[in-house]
Amino acid sequence: MIPLAIENSDRYVGGAYLVFLLLLLIYVAIMAAKLQRIQRDLGSLAELAERPDARPERDVGQLRGREQEIEAVRQGGQR
Amino acid sequence: MSPFSALLRKDLRVELRTLRSLPAMALFAVSAFVIFRFGLDRTTLDGELAAGVLVPTLLFAALLAINRLFIAEREEGGFDLIRLAPVDRTVLFAAKASALVIYLVVLELIAVPIFALFFLDSVSGLLPFALVLLLANIGLAATGTLISTIATMSSARDLLAPLILLPLLIPLVIAAAGAGEHLLAAGGPDYGRFGTWLALLGLYDLIFLLVGYATFDFLLED
Amino acid sequence: MATLLRSITLRRLAIATVVVLGAGYALAFLHAPEDADQGFIQKIFYLHVPLAIVALVGFIVAGLFAIQHLRTGDSKWDARSYVSIHLSVIFGVGVLLTGAIWAKGSWGVWWEWREPTLVSFLIVFLLYATYYPLRYAIEDRERQGRYASVFAITAGAFVPLNFAAVRAAQPLVHPRTFSDAGGLPGSMLLAFLVCLAGMALLWVTLVRFELASKQASGDLKRIRRALGGDGGPPTPARSIAPVATSAMSSMRAEGKP
Repeated sequence: MIPLAIENSDRYVGGAYLVFLLLLLIYVAIMAAKLQRIQRDLGSLAELAERPDARPERDVGQLRGREQEIEAVRQGGQR
Repeated sequence: MSPFSALLRKDLRVELRTLRSLPAMALFAVSAFVIFRFGLDRTTLDGELAAGVLVPTLLFAALLAINRLFIAEREEGGFDLIRLAPVDRTVLFAAKASALVIYLVVLELIAVPIFALFFLDSVSGLLPFALVLLLANIGLAATGTLISTIATMSSARDLLAPLILLPLLIPLVIAAAGAGEHLLAAGGPDYGRFGTWLALLGLYDLIFLLVGYATFDFLLED
Repeated sequence: MATLLRSITLRRLAIATVVVLGAGYALAFLHAPEDADQGFIQKIFYLHVPLAIVALVGFIVAGLFAIQHLRTGDSKWDARSYVSIHLSVIFGVGVLLTGAIWAKGSWGVWWEWREPTLVSFLIVFLLYATYYPLRYAIEDRERQGRYASVFAITAGAFVPLNFAAVRAAQPLVHPRTFSDAGGLPGSMLLAFLVCLAGMALLWVTLVRFELASKQASGDLKRIRRALGGDGGPPTPARSIAPVATSAMSSMRAEGKP
């Protein structure tokens, strides 16, 4: 029985370290998927930003409108 | 009258008039004892089995009260009242926790003698065990009030409170059942590790009363 | 202090992690002797115990971040607390799995109630697993963050107490414990300490990594909103993770009365 015990203990140690590595790899894989989604979103937003618009002032106007909104909220919060 | 006593008296008066929690808790405990009698197929209990039936039953009965602790505040706008009143909001924590301790003491005054009647051969261990239960009640009240507040403001309130509370209360169960195992032993109470359990209970109470006192205010902000 | 910490970039952290962790396990397998009692199986000690210690410290650190969140109201602390708990929970899964394997290898059983680390971890894991339904059950972002912080503080205070309680519950005769950490010979101690340092670095690296990812998504949402929001891909289902962006933290800090 003794030779078998030595083999088994190798397997357990290996198994434990393998579990750890697998957890790490699964985590990395999930983070990679998240990163891919971010990249995809960024790509589509870059297109959106560079889109040759018929009325370019609309984008600027929207941005300015947003800026004014943010300013109003900030001032409202300070009151 | 201080805001603390006003709040506490209101709660106790409401409970006396509506009897929302106490009868249910007592009835639950007694039914649970009967279930254990059949589940374990035993007619007497001592030592670890006695503690193992009594302590968890009291714990689960307490959950019933904890789930309904803030029911009045939720339905009748009591939280807004506290927010508007010029009092330290932590007083609500103190009042609710104290009310809960009182409910638990009343529950135990009913349930423990019945337990003794059903299962115990000797009651000599019950007096020191009462001290253990009192300390456990305080810890239960501190944690229970805190988590009940959190659960009340969420959407899954009935589910969330027991879910979060059960792991949190395990040290109390360890200490109370550990002490009970020795105090309710067949040959009479044994004070072997009594000090350890009391110390653990005391430490638990202290820590969670402090945590509750320090953080309760943040739960009530809108 | 903040600028010093910021200068420790993610890349440097990652490199340090690889180096230290690699050195630690090299020491564990090549330098440290085999344990007289347990044999080769004991090598799991260099994995299981550092994972456990780092996870537990991580939970307490999350509680400290939560305290800062309540004190300052800055959501970046909420994000840090959330990510710390997230990673400690994952490390916790590792602790339970490696612990079970060690138990099977040492005593032939997959679970051992008399091993205090395993039992404490089970309880702690059960508690922190409720963090997610808690966050999900509260719609309002700010309230969610505040309540999560109260939970993180309560749970953080619970961790050491729970350990003491489970230890106290040990049968005084024939305890079955993994680590007879008292009295480790020098070479084993060295390997253990280096592994511990490596695990700690791994945790910090992954926390930084996840925070950076969250920051990126947060900034992305800002840009999308600023550009009008139309034409972009549909927003995913409500996420419970706190969104910490640089703008949000400065707005919070200014807007707080």
